[in-house]
Amino acid sequence: MNPLSLIVRVGCDIFAWFMLVFGTNVIIHGYMSPGGGFQGGAIAATFIVFLLVAYGSRRVHSWVNEGIYDVLFDELGLLSFIILAFLGLPTSFFFNYLATPLGVASPWFTPGAGTIFFMSIAVGIEVTGALSLVILNMHRGIRLFSESPMEEELGHDR
Amino acid sequence: MKKTLFVAAAIIIGGLLIGALDMVHPFGNPGAAPMDNYYLENSLKELSTENIVTSIVFDYRGFDTLGEAAVLFTALCSITVLFREGRKK
Amino acid sequence: MIGNGPFLAVGILFLIALVGIFTQKNLIKIAMAIAILGSSVNLFLVALGYRTGGTVPIHYLAGEGGPMVLPTPQAMTLTAIVIALATTALLLSLIMLIYRHYGTINVDEIRRLRG
Repeated sequence: MNPLSLIVRVGCDIFAWFMLVFGTNVIIHGYMSPGGGFQGGAIAATFIVFLLVAYGSRRVHSWVNEGIYDVLFDELGLLSFIILAFLGLPTSFFFNYLATPLGVASPWFTPGAGTIFFMSIAVGIEVTGALSLVILNMHRGIRLFSESPMEEELGHDR
Repeated sequence: MKKTLFVAAAIIIGGLLIGALDMVHPFGNPGAAPMDNYYLENSLKELSTENIVTSIVFDYRGFDTLGEAAVLFTALCSITVLFREGRKK
Repeated sequence: MIGNGPFLAVGILFLIALVGIFTQKNLIKIAMAIAILGSSVNLFLVALGYRTGGTVPIHYLAGEGGPMVLPTPQAMTLTAIVIALATTALLLSLIMLIYRHYGTINVDEIRRLRG
């Protein structure tokens, strides 16, 4: 297998960071514009895919600490989502206790959407971690089961 | 023989499916939808959320999102177990 | 009949996926057919909630024209897309393990080998 061309690798290296910024933008503005946690998380997870295309799997796996993705992103996102849901429990599960009606200023610094804003961020973090880990695990599984080291794939690693 | 039987079964099932899909409500006219109208009218007033789909996903129907996040987490766990280290056979 | 065009498109996509699942021998092609089937179901859900001349269910983008389309099928479709993504990833991982174990992804040969 021939290595990818230089244009593709440099383009992926540059655009990975723009995809990260764009995904964060979609996650944060999910309560007022098209988007939300899932869509922004899926966009932000393409960051790791672009890095895999640009640098090859060996170098990316030496950089990435998968415990950070697993614990800090995935489980923290899911746990904060559940805790945010439980905090409204005196009224009901998933009660939006921070929301203010239209035209009323919020007493806190939160947007008027209340828990929708925070839940969107939590789900965005969770989806980012989950999809990145799925990609990394499936890509490592290619190498893990081969008896001989894949010499032909090393063309990606400059 | 087997192939003709397969084609006949496919045609019969396809005809039944297309006929059933033709009997759904006419496209563009879903009829009265009180629940969706409630969401459309009151989402901006109650929650000051411009995006109605997000307000449904994260507030009105949060249980769906919780189950869906659990499904994603379960799939991630099973993939991690399948490709774990030290399984070189 | 022709006014229900999107529903007929859903039916045709569903039939294509069904024929693919029943006739193909390659496991990757079966996974692709399953993905097409999920897409047809998503298209059906979105097409169910359309109103003639409807606009997007976002207030400041909707403008003054027409009624808004129903938002609940769109939210359910959002849920279904992510679950389909998770199941597709799990399916492809299992296919990778099957290829490592048997050396083939043809269904008939896997059935003949038996371990």
